[in-house]
Amino acid sequence: MAGAVSGSPTVLEARGLTLDFPAAQGSLRAVDNVSFTIRQGERLVLLGPSGCGKSSILKAAAGFLSPSAGSIALRGRPITGPGPDRVVVFQEFDQLLPWKTVRDNVLFGLKRKPGLSTAEARDKADAAIERVGLARAASAYPHTLSGGMKQRVAIARALAAEPEILLMDEPFAALDALTRERLQEELVGLAETLGFTLLFVTHAIDEAILVGSRLHLLSAHPGRTVATFDVSAFGPGSWGSQDFEHVAGEVHRILFGGALRRSARPVLQEATYV
Amino acid sequence: MSEISYGRHLAAERRPGVPGRRARLAGALTSPATRRLIILLLIAILWEVGARLQNNPIMLPSLSQTAAVLFDGETAADLLASSFASLAVLLKGYSIAIGCGLVLVSIAVANRFARDVLTTLTAMFNPLPAIALLPLAMLWFGIGEKSLVFVLSFSVLWPFAAAALAGFETVPETLRLVGRNYGYRGPAYVAQILIPAALPALLTGLRLGWAFAWRTLIAAELVFGVTARQGGLGWFIFQNRNELLTDRVFAGLAAVIVIGLLVDALVFRSIEAATVRRWGMQK
Repeated sequence: MAGAVSGSPTVLEARGLTLDFPAAQGSLRAVDNVSFTIRQGERLVLLGPSGCGKSSILKAAAGFLSPSAGSIALRGRPITGPGPDRVVVFQEFDQLLPWKTVRDNVLFGLKRKPGLSTAEARDKADAAIERVGLARAASAYPHTLSGGMKQRVAIARALAAEPEILLMDEPFAALDALTRERLQEELVGLAETLGFTLLFVTHAIDEAILVGSRLHLLSAHPGRTVATFDVSAFGPGSWGSQDFEHVAGEVHRILFGGALRRSARPVLQEATYV
Repeated sequence: MSEISYGRHLAAERRPGVPGRRARLAGALTSPATRRLIILLLIAILWEVGARLQNNPIMLPSLSQTAAVLFDGETAADLLASSFASLAVLLKGYSIAIGCGLVLVSIAVANRFARDVLTTLTAMFNPLPAIALLPLAMLWFGIGEKSLVFVLSFSVLWPFAAAALAGFETVPETLRLVGRNYGYRGPAYVAQILIPAALPALLTGLRLGWAFAWRTLIAAELVFGVTARQGGLGWFIFQNRNELLTDRVFAGLAAVIVIGLLVDALVFRSIEAATVRRWGMQK
């Protein structure tokens, strides 16, 4: 566990979390007896193959699913439904409201916050838009933005709402490789500046190690905990380093049982020497 | 000299973004608006020539005769009054239908049984032309505005309800989750998420409802006018045919077409341009 956060208060805690889905015959177990703790300022990544229930765990944290056994609690209070204290950034681009401009989309996330004046909300929204570098696009409609910009707006909207914990469900999976990399770096930068608490779901090992401070590995059908890793030492600068490769290989071996086949990641400067 | 003009010609041809006169003419001809205008012009010529050859204004008055009647003050005044009478009835029936439709759809969205009832009713009544209910309406409500409003509302209600229900049911799951995630519930959720997300379908429903309403009203008015002093456009057409004022019948038909097109172009298209097209929700 990262030393910086080991003494911090617990934000989100799952204890023996079990999630079932109604299926044709009875019910289908998606997540089986998963436990984890996220402390303030920590970035926990749920990592696993498709079918490991990582998105279901995130949905339970958001309050869209209720556990069939075990518990999931935010700052000690059991989660009973969705609320703006746990904001989700989805993978889909259509998470932005197409009828609202970028600024109004961000304001949309602030409207239900009690005791916030219109002027304060506007300032918060503009600050969040500035943070993700979209100040110039503040009055644009979402359909005029690229995929990367749309996800930046979604992140700005989530940040402006100042949730207890940020929940991200493969937010960069629908982006091209270069944009994805840039957004991963930006996200880590924002996390280091703002110190927010993050639960991040992905099936990409590289992304998990870069973004997370701790990894929680899950097996598929049903989702069960297989291992946890402390990866707080790795940041955007460490991609390709020996330690990084070692951890990535180890994670791959645990999850898939074989040697890691490196994903084609564009390394432009090296390519020119070849 | 000839060389210079040749060179100039080449330069003019090569300059990007400034098409030559021939290209400009071709461009104008291929624009949809121009093509429509040309088609309209052809129809007008065909009508004029056909009517003159036939030479019987009681059966088929020519375009010029119809136009003359349209521009003589008396007919124009009658037409205007009839149009207003029709539109007044239409607005009444249309708003009743849209109101009822929204209530029905709201219940159907919230309750599965109500949804089944509504889908069954729309499926049942869609093949039934509302005008077929006019005899029944006359029995129930007598000859008068009430019967017209009833038939009119009936013609709007079902297509609008079907479109609106489909619109609400196809609101993307992600948008629903986002709304609930940020703490929107009940009326705020409906107003902030469901209605704007379903707006393209709602507008389609409104537009469809308008087309049905206009047709049904004109058809119903052919049977009887409003009992007050002024009848509607359908009644105007029917009466003038009885008096064999065929040019005035044609003027009435032209008014029906023009009003139908104008409302579609001015009201619905401008609403769409200001909303769903601007937001990229509809191409």
